Amino acid sequence: MIRGIQNIGARGIETVWRIGAMGRFFLLVLAHSGMSFRRIGLTIREIYFSGVMSLVIIMVSGLFVGMVLGLQGYETLQKYGAEETMGVLVALSLVRELGPVVTGLLFASRAGSAITAEIGLMKATEQLKAMDMMAIDPVARVVAPRFWAGVVSLPLLAMMFSAMGIFGGYIVAVLYVGTDPGVFWSNMQAAVDFRYDVWNGIIKSIAFGFAVSVIATFEGFDAAPTAEGVSRATTRTVVTSALTILAIDLVLTAFMLRDV
Amino acid sequence: MDRKTIDLWVGVFMLMGFVALLFLAFKVGNLGSERNSATYTVEARFENIGGLKLKAPVKVAGVLVGRVTDIRLDGKKFQAVATLSLDKRFDFPKDTSASILTSGLLGEVYIGLEAGGDDKNLAQGDKISLTQSAVVLERLIGQFLFSKAAEGPDQPAAKK
Repeated sequence: MIRGIQNIGARGIETVWRIGAMGRFFLLVLAHSGMSFRRIGLTIREIYFSGVMSLVIIMVSGLFVGMVLGLQGYETLQKYGAEETMGVLVALSLVRELGPVVTGLLFASRAGSAITAEIGLMKATEQLKAMDMMAIDPVARVVAPRFWAGVVSLPLLAMMFSAMGIFGGYIVAVLYVGTDPGVFWSNMQAAVDFRYDVWNGIIKSIAFGFAVSVIATFEGFDAAPTAEGVSRATTRTVVTSALTILAIDLVLTAFMLRDV
Repeated sequence: MDRKTIDLWVGVFMLMGFVALLFLAFKVGNLGSERNSATYTVEARFENIGGLKLKAPVKVAGVLVGRVTDIRLDGKKFQAVATLSLDKRFDFPKDTSASILTSGLLGEVYIGLEAGGDDKNLAQGDKISLTQSAVVLERLIGQFLFSKAAEGPDQPAAKK
């Protein structure tokens, strides 16, 4: 009984400690990120590994999500005789919500977990310590380029996801169901405001990029230097990233919507 | 993998992101479609504009020709004044009439223009004098109930 209460308390303290340590780590990365811009090759290499390698999964999922939205939207909208607004439904839900959120979740599991595992393994095999011995700052050399690569990649991937999704919606609406392509695009253009809908989606994806990158690099840097510790850290990255993305999304959406 | 290939792929990646942004801005969003044609504005006064909103479409024969850019209240006559910005490519006779319509039962509210037969055309700053207000559903139901009630008591009496 007492043990149980002790455990709950320890968990709580541990969580708060992690949040604090993560905040300190974030500032540390920002302070040490000079090298990732001076030696831009380091960052470009990481953009290749986390951004370019995620292209296929992001674009294919975007296409599928858009097509599903088109089919489900048609099913409901045709009951009200409003299947011309399918384009609006697909575009708004992708650009505002699904694009940034699903891309964030996919990026956390595809690239975030890889970053954690890589840094964690470097720590377990004492490569980070070796760098320190050679007077190379591991935060500047290893962590910061991966962090900035994530921050740059996620918004770009989110935009591609939305674009592919709208294309998928177009395939369903025009080629499969047979609504008029002119009506599809013109209704969409009338309803989607660039400065409001698209721009807010981009802001969301930038916020997710920061969140996922901080979590992934911190968990790797903080991992216990054993095989088990690395595996735990990788799991934590995916779980924490998913929860954080959804929580940030709720807060940002509440701030952004005009009519609520 | 050597440095050059990585740089190339990252370049391709960045370009794709940029293309996606352009696609979202110009094909999906309204950037570009709003400013590509010159417009002129005319005013229309209504007794009641119902659920008309800013940016509501202005249609002629169902085709979009402009948008509502401003709605205000004339404090003396207590009329709503809607400013319509119309595409310069189209000219309309001076006695064109404007009515507030709804597309479908639940659809969006828009202004429908109906061309008249005047020789002169509407120009920048002109006023549309022939207008028809929005149909307020509650008032319509009220009128219907009223007319029903007026003829109501006779029928049970006739049955007896």
